[in-house]
Amino acid sequence: MALAIRRSSSEVFGAAKWFIRRDCRVLSTVPERAEEKPVTPKRERQAVSRVRASARNPNLGLRHAYPEFLPDPNPKWRNSLREKLERSDMLKRRSQIDIPEFYVGSILAVTIADPHAQGKTNRFVGICIERKGCGLRAEFTLRNVVDHQGVEVRYDLYDPTVQSIQVLRLEKRLDDKLLYLRDALPEYSTFSFDMDPEILPEGTPVPVNPVQVKLKPRPWLERWERQELKGVANIEEHLKEKDRVRRELRATPWEKYDLMKQYRKTIPIEDQNDIWAEVNHQLRQLQLTRKTSARKRTFTTPKPQLG
Amino acid sequence: MFKSLITKLNCVQTSRTFHTTACLNEVRLLSRLRVVDNSEIGKRAMAEGKPPKVICVYNKKHVGYIGDRVMVAIKGQKKKGILVGLKQKQNVKVPKFDSNNVVLIDDNGTPLGNRIHVPIPTILRTILKEKTHSKGADYTKLLGIATRFV
Repeated sequence: MALAIRRSSSEVFGAAKWFIRRDCRVLSTVPERAEEKPVTPKRERQAVSRVRASARNPNLGLRHAYPEFLPDPNPKWRNSLREKLERSDMLKRRSQIDIPEFYVGSILAVTIADPHAQGKTNRFVGICIERKGCGLRAEFTLRNVVDHQGVEVRYDLYDPTVQSIQVLRLEKRLDDKLLYLRDALPEYSTFSFDMDPEILPEGTPVPVNPVQVKLKPRPWLERWERQELKGVANIEEHLKEKDRVRRELRATPWEKYDLMKQYRKTIPIEDQNDIWAEVNHQLRQLQLTRKTSARKRTFTTPKPQLG
Repeated sequence: MFKSLITKLNCVQTSRTFHTTACLNEVRLLSRLRVVDNSEIGKRAMAEGKPPKVICVYNKKHVGYIGDRVMVAIKGQKKKGILVGLKQKQNVKVPKFDSNNVVLIDDNGTPLGNRIHVPIPTILRTILKEKTHSKGADYTKLLGIATRFV
């Protein structure tokens, strides 16, 4: 009896695995690193079909560049009318101000209109450690170390007081949240305020920075050892035997096979197609106008000749 | 081997009878602060590894927010100070710091040191102006000794 149960359960497991490889890819806003699995010869055919699926649907590339256009997948908070209105408002705001494409790990400079500051504007430079929120409530957090003091500022992406958002270095990191920089050595989050923007040649994919940070000794703000972080180099040397045992006990390796969990966390492909079809055209138009206006500006500004 | 694993399992399960969340990092009674000005007493207290303790927060919530006045116990004395940077979650556009920073002042609002060596949030300009009364203490003197605003 027990054997039979075990066998049947293993069959179910195998079927689930097969299903995940086949179909799960398409329904997602899951973080991008899930995609970059090494392709073994067994999986090759499915991988090719995946590539074809993404080539067929160019909109799917947008979900990483503009994640805030996708609504929150929680069904309690869904409201199609509100989402539609929010999207139109976001596009209106984007036509006023250039909100560039950036990722967690990119270095940004944000200028806001600040009634408390003396010059009435306030500029902050830092590395983006977190992006969250959907629609008009999208926000991101910048972190920097100024005068040996760690400072973090949270900004709303569609805040009307934001005057400009400039990407100084466009890159990604190995993790989708860099909150561990709070416990890392300060040199990993120190950026000078007069940094020059680094321009990538057009058409290159966004580079992934493979730097691994070193953590300070404990106490830490969170239990980083349980979070399967890729961007931390020296996590093992700070752990005791007790922590390793508890990490094993707390590990949830089955969660990547939990289809329902993934489904609840993501927006289905059919819904995404509608959304991207609605905003794609205008986003492209905005990008084009930005490009032409930037080119014009570079041609028209004459350099003042001194002396 | 197997036995030891079971005992470990049991101890873990029994130790999780309560819910644990991340702490709020609020400035409350008896929380430790970091003195960020160059006053003599503050520098010595920080160098000795005995940072000041909050013994009174002058507001009705008993939780110190940015720009609030606190009384601290520092090197056996009672001093007043102003919170100029907090670790707890802040509003949008207000900077959050990695430590709870305080600047020591006397009863008139004059800072004890003459230089602050960490950045100060710009919102303090408005907050301290609002807290200053024409005949009472003038807290805006603190802004004069700041080196950098964020």
